[in-house]
Amino acid sequence: MENGQTSTYNVPDNTGHFGIYGGRFASETLMPLLAGLAREYEAAKADAGFQEELSGLLRDYVGRPTPISFAKRLSDYVGGARIFLKREDLAHTGAHKINNTMGQVLLARRMNKRRIIAETGAGQHGVAAATVSALFGLECEVFMGAEDMRRQRLNVFRMRLLGAKVTAVHSGAKTLKDAINEAMRDWITRVDDTYYIFGSVLGPHPYPMIVRDFQSVIGKEARAQMQEEIGRLPDVCVACVGGGSNAMGLFHAFLGDDNVRLVGVEAGGRGTGLGEHAARFRSGRLGVLQGAKSYVLQDEDGQIAPTHSISAGLDYASVGPEHSYLRDLGRTEYTVASDSQALEAFHLLSRLEGIMPALESAHAVAEALSLAKTMAKDEVILVNLSGRGDKDVHTVAETMGVDIGAI
Amino acid sequence: MNGCNHNPRASRIHRAFASAKEQQRPAFVAYVTCGDPTLDRTRQLAVEFAGAGVDILELGVPFTDPMADGTANQEAALRALANGVTLRHVLQTTEALRGRGLELPVVLFTYYNPVFVYGVEKFAADAVSAGVDGVLLVDVPVEEAQEFKPAFDHAGLATIFLVAPTTDDRRLPHILGLTNGFVYCVSRSGVTGERNGLASGIRENVARIRRLTQLPVAVGFGISSREQVREIGQFADGVVVGSAIVRRIGEGGDTDEMVCRVTEFVRTLTGQFIGG
Repeated sequence: MENGQTSTYNVPDNTGHFGIYGGRFASETLMPLLAGLAREYEAAKADAGFQEELSGLLRDYVGRPTPISFAKRLSDYVGGARIFLKREDLAHTGAHKINNTMGQVLLARRMNKRRIIAETGAGQHGVAAATVSALFGLECEVFMGAEDMRRQRLNVFRMRLLGAKVTAVHSGAKTLKDAINEAMRDWITRVDDTYYIFGSVLGPHPYPMIVRDFQSVIGKEARAQMQEEIGRLPDVCVACVGGGSNAMGLFHAFLGDDNVRLVGVEAGGRGTGLGEHAARFRSGRLGVLQGAKSYVLQDEDGQIAPTHSISAGLDYASVGPEHSYLRDLGRTEYTVASDSQALEAFHLLSRLEGIMPALESAHAVAEALSLAKTMAKDEVILVNLSGRGDKDVHTVAETMGVDIGAI
Repeated sequence: MNGCNHNPRASRIHRAFASAKEQQRPAFVAYVTCGDPTLDRTRQLAVEFAGAGVDILELGVPFTDPMADGTANQEAALRALANGVTLRHVLQTTEALRGRGLELPVVLFTYYNPVFVYGVEKFAADAVSAGVDGVLLVDVPVEEAQEFKPAFDHAGLATIFLVAPTTDDRRLPHILGLTNGFVYCVSRSGVTGERNGLASGIRENVARIRRLTQLPVAVGFGISSREQVREIGQFADGVVVGSAIVRRIGEGGDTDEMVCRVTEFVRTLTGQFIGG
């Protein structure tokens, strides 16, 4: 049974398709670059030296493996299943994003690119990209929606302190989707010297595969740690899903473990109307956005809908194509947590465990709380705590009507 | 051989290039975003363009996320979207123009999602019956062309693909094999938008394409002056001008004066050819 399914689970195919999802919907100028990146990645994957360098950096610089914490007081509070946390918030820079940026910056070095670009929503990927660029002395420019810059200004300043240029994107809703558009436009214009570090399991092939592979370290560690800690696997794994990289990173090692439920949590936002949430699986339909075919929040004419979430990292109109594929297979399931549920979870985890989660991760915690209530005390939930919440303190203060400057 | 003559829609495009060639000038392809600033203005501009030396009308389908477009075309798309313009309106506009006797070949420049959601087969049939001659799906490369190619071929809609400076010799024959109508050669790596001067290597890229196809080759992206048009005309079969026109539409707004001024600008681009 162990890894029984993963032995036959072999996606994407060599054209980047996860069943009917994914693909390479990019303009011609980028196609040779994407093909080159796929070739370089395959070579790196087979290169023991590359893998060794990456795992050394993940250990000595990122601080892996990240621990698993048993959230005892939170579990007691709920009075159901035991809740464990995979502590990606303790990775260097405070989120899982650096697992991927470290891998990709090594690819950029292999390809002799001197300039790194990245998009960012919550700013965690931008910070992680700026960090690895500083580490290797590469120029770095991060594209970020103006609205996201406002609500994640701490991360904007962090990126600047790390030597990166942060470019505000004023098009569209001024959030993650618009930042990706702008990063793509930059890449298409500076194809020779620039490497685009995509931050999630989105975009044209090979990005969804590359990001998944670099993030899969989360699940590999967690699976072994749970075996070690409690002598068995969790009954449920829970992770928030914006693009879906932390969820894919956790889920992947468990795909073959049929008894482990894999639950992704989308942003339920502040309502069910189009524009009030980012629940692609609840309200979206099949479409093509920014390089991949997947579920997309859109109107009847195929125009992409605005989205809303209190967490910038979940505020996106589409979802990684592999999530759509796994959902069709029935291997993963998806639910939503609203802004207010996420906020409640944020406060609970802060007070009961002394862990302040990112608002993204708080969506996963919220789902774990409602799941735990319905489960027995000997059952186990593993939550991917994908990032820490320092960056969200301003947003949380706003919801409480607190003016931090006046404290 | 890529038989543009076998495709009835491609033949209107073919005739436009053939007649320009006869007059020893490059075919002039003018791009506007449909519905910018209004559908009425788009119809007026199309009619004026036909008398101003334009050979092919390229209509942009507004999309919320125009990833391959520069600022001018992004803003145009937003203006059109603000008026509620959708793919259906673009087809209706084309049909209305044909009803008024417009003979110019009409090529749509669009991102894939609106077409995908419309339904590829239904779109192909409706586009042909509206009088559309060809379609360029800017974010569908040849690798994903099976998404639409069979349906478009079946309907008789010309499929136009981009060739970029980054397109290598392995990809090029594949692209040309799926192309009808004309080859759209991107002058430089980048998004749409005006630029000074011509990219180095564009002449070589056109020559490289010519060695592999009899199809006409048009050069676009970044072309904004008569001088550039003239220069490209020396080695290519056609020139596409978009952002420079679109920017002037944006500046002029929803006025008769805008239509006059934009048409005058188009005349300055094509003008040398009108007088022979």
